[in-house]
Amino acid sequence: MAVKKKKTSRQKASPAVRERGTISIRNVTKIYDPEGVNVMAVDNCSLEIEAGEVCMIVGPSGCGKTTLLNVIAGFHSLTSGEIYLDDELLCGPDKPLANQGADRMVVFQNGALFPWKSLLDNVAYGPMVQGILSKSDARDKARDMLAEAGMIDVADKFPGEVSSGMARRAEIVRALINDPKVLLLDEPYRAMDALTKSIMHEALLAMYDRTKVTIFFITHDLEEAIFLGDRVVVMTTRPARTKKIVSVKIPRPRDYKLLSSEQFRLLVEETKDAVHEEAIKAFEAGERELA
Amino acid sequence: MSDQAISDAETSLARTPPKGFALAWYRLKKSLATPTPYMMLFGIILWLGTYYLLTEGWKVPRFEKIPGPLEVMTEFFSFDPIWGTSLFTEDFRINVYVSVRRIVIAFSLATGLGVPLGLFMGWSRIFKDYAFPILETLRPIPILAWVPLAIIMFSGFETPILFLATLASFFVTTLNTMLGVESIDESYFRAAGCLGSKKHHVFWHVVVPGAMPFIFTGLQISIGVAWFSLVAAEMISGDYGLGYMIMDSYMVNKYVSMVMAMISLGFVGWATSAMVRWGGNQMMQWRVKALALEGR
Amino acid sequence: MTDAIQSAHDTTIVVAKRSKLRKLADNKTLWRGIASIILFILFWEVSSQSKVWFGIQVPFIGKVPPPSAVLENWVEVVQRPGYWQSWYLSFMRVFFGFIVAMIVGIPFGMALAVNRYFRDIFFPPFEVLRPIPPLAWVPASIIFWPTTELSIAFVTFLGAFFTIVINVLGGARTIDVQYLRAAQSMGASQWDLFRRIILPGTLPSIFTGAAVGMGITWEVVVAAEMISGGGQQSGGGLGFFIWSSYMGGSLAQVVVGMISIGIAGYFSSSMIRYIGYLFMPWRRIF
Repeated sequence: MAVKKKKTSRQKASPAVRERGTISIRNVTKIYDPEGVNVMAVDNCSLEIEAGEVCMIVGPSGCGKTTLLNVIAGFHSLTSGEIYLDDELLCGPDKPLANQGADRMVVFQNGALFPWKSLLDNVAYGPMVQGILSKSDARDKARDMLAEAGMIDVADKFPGEVSSGMARRAEIVRALINDPKVLLLDEPYRAMDALTKSIMHEALLAMYDRTKVTIFFITHDLEEAIFLGDRVVVMTTRPARTKKIVSVKIPRPRDYKLLSSEQFRLLVEETKDAVHEEAIKAFEAGERELA
Repeated sequence: MSDQAISDAETSLARTPPKGFALAWYRLKKSLATPTPYMMLFGIILWLGTYYLLTEGWKVPRFEKIPGPLEVMTEFFSFDPIWGTSLFTEDFRINVYVSVRRIVIAFSLATGLGVPLGLFMGWSRIFKDYAFPILETLRPIPILAWVPLAIIMFSGFETPILFLATLASFFVTTLNTMLGVESIDESYFRAAGCLGSKKHHVFWHVVVPGAMPFIFTGLQISIGVAWFSLVAAEMISGDYGLGYMIMDSYMVNKYVSMVMAMISLGFVGWATSAMVRWGGNQMMQWRVKALALEGR
Repeated sequence: MTDAIQSAHDTTIVVAKRSKLRKLADNKTLWRGIASIILFILFWEVSSQSKVWFGIQVPFIGKVPPPSAVLENWVEVVQRPGYWQSWYLSFMRVFFGFIVAMIVGIPFGMALAVNRYFRDIFFPPFEVLRPIPPLAWVPASIIFWPTTELSIAFVTFLGAFFTIVINVLGGARTIDVQYLRAAQSMGASQWDLFRRIILPGTLPSIFTGAAVGMGITWEVVVAAEMISGGGQQSGGGLGFFIWSSYMGGSLAQVVVGMISIGIAGYFSSSMIRYIGYLFMPWRRIF
């Protein structure tokens, strides 16, 4: 009951500048044990993410970025180290698996809108099951949020009936309706062409400018990372460690014209070497990617 | 002015996709332009013609004993059947009614037991570990091998037959439902967890709808299997029903009635499975619509 | 060894490898399975021995002979040559019907899949006949074929045939068009396309169909043996073994027959899976 109250009071005071959503990753290590052979996915990784920051994690495919995200979200346990969210322990040595909760919303690699629910019902699902809103109130709010994102025309369609870009946007709306502290995105635009991607980027930035939610965004697309992020964290290939952190001091709101600016080109250049080196290592190891 | 209106109406007509009857008519017109329907007609005629010539036309040895299509059809639709059984006689209707009633009962029982069991087995690892081995031990035993035990365990005519038909479709339904739950992508469970679902939410909003496609595939197979076992059971220990009608007609050399029962079985079996498919499509509009867009 | 792996790709750290025996001992699923089977047998034994629990007649199972009686009967039965003769007869019937169904069904299904006109002509009659349960054919088959043995074989064939054809057709039609285009761009002939792509592409569904078909074959053989009374001139078979045990009033022997058929059926489908495994090396990874 007390928890419920806390949530509603938070929702009312949704500020433009966030005071919540700080993630502190301290010396996290994750060792997988499939088939009796131990594989280290994340090695002693530390990272501080500020409230309201867009933190982009870049690294070659299968390097352990997703593992890190899964640990934060509570899908995987960690082997050692600690993760804090707003100074509250998410997981640590005594509690290796974080609780799954609506304060950290995940947008999945291949999309995980429930195909058996309309976009509207998908968006309304979170508040409904958490018992924050009644079913009809949740649907009203979902309709408003979809309208705000310009998707009111497709609200009653099933995910299988709309384009993947539309579905992905609805998935982000489904996450944001819960007013999360952190949005965790796992290569959400992976399978899209460059043109669709740039539209998706602008839509995401528009949503970010409205909510200022902390974003933890995994990608292997360097330009995407620099275009969206406040900071770009380059990871080594498996086991993942932070290799290089680049600050992107480009003012918001940003638009696609930025992509052809000199400042952008210099940032790409600065980061490219580090990423390329790791990509070669990963390619030569030739291992099958872990989830 | 009016021309303008007409052309407007025409363009709007061309733009709105046809629905319902208009859609069916459009499809029919389109398919009549391809060779397919004529080929199909030719196929059916070829088959019936061969059947007719072998049995009634040329009376080829061995085939002559089998009633031909003309003989069966005239008997089937006759008000005064030579062998005493046709579409309009009481005993035929009773046999169909009895078989269909048994199938409905057995299928409902098997679905009512099998779907929940399968859902729990797919959902709970521990429950599956305990329940699955027993199921897998009993499953390889053919349903017909249960006949004597069924007769002993249940009294009367009706319950053993129902038991056999239920048992057969129960195994199929349970197994497919379980596979259905296991086939659900992990990310849906994760998404549900993230969104703050409690266990019962996950069950009703993820497990049940996610397993639905497999469940209905299973139900289609299961109703076929139910018919299979029902016919066998009726043939062995029946008092009424289409299986009994086949066996009984054979015993008293009413071969025409026997073929009639076979045809009726085929038709009723097809109709029930079509009904299951229809039910599945009604419950899975999301899937029907997505598949339609993929052109399937 | 560990060093070699380390230097090959120094990013992966192989820390430890558990022994196979350890893994087996840690396998909870296995132990739970064994426990549940043992409990099941115990429950069966107790409830059919005592017949009455707390003053209530044990339903259903109370009338079935207990496992101990079944085992006792089995020990006696295996010494009789007639029992093994039944195994042999049923196996031969299953094998014969099944092989013929494969020989006829696979090319037929392939032809349906590959040639549109063939499909248009022959698929409708096939679909009309398919919903008729195979056992409904038994009397017609007895009338038509000169011997009981042949009529059983025919019905067995029908049981497996429809399943195999449907699976082959489904499998061949889901082959990715890209494979065909890739092969064509490399100059493959029609025969090459069939031999190198459609056939291996359909193999998984052929084996799925075969496994299902095998199950149906056993069902049909048992039923046919029971209905035709085993056939005086053909004699025996496991289905007849059950029926005659029932007629002779030995319930324990009925259960022995049921378990025997279960084992035989399980053995047959394992064999198919094993052959599938040999034929499809690219599927072994999974």
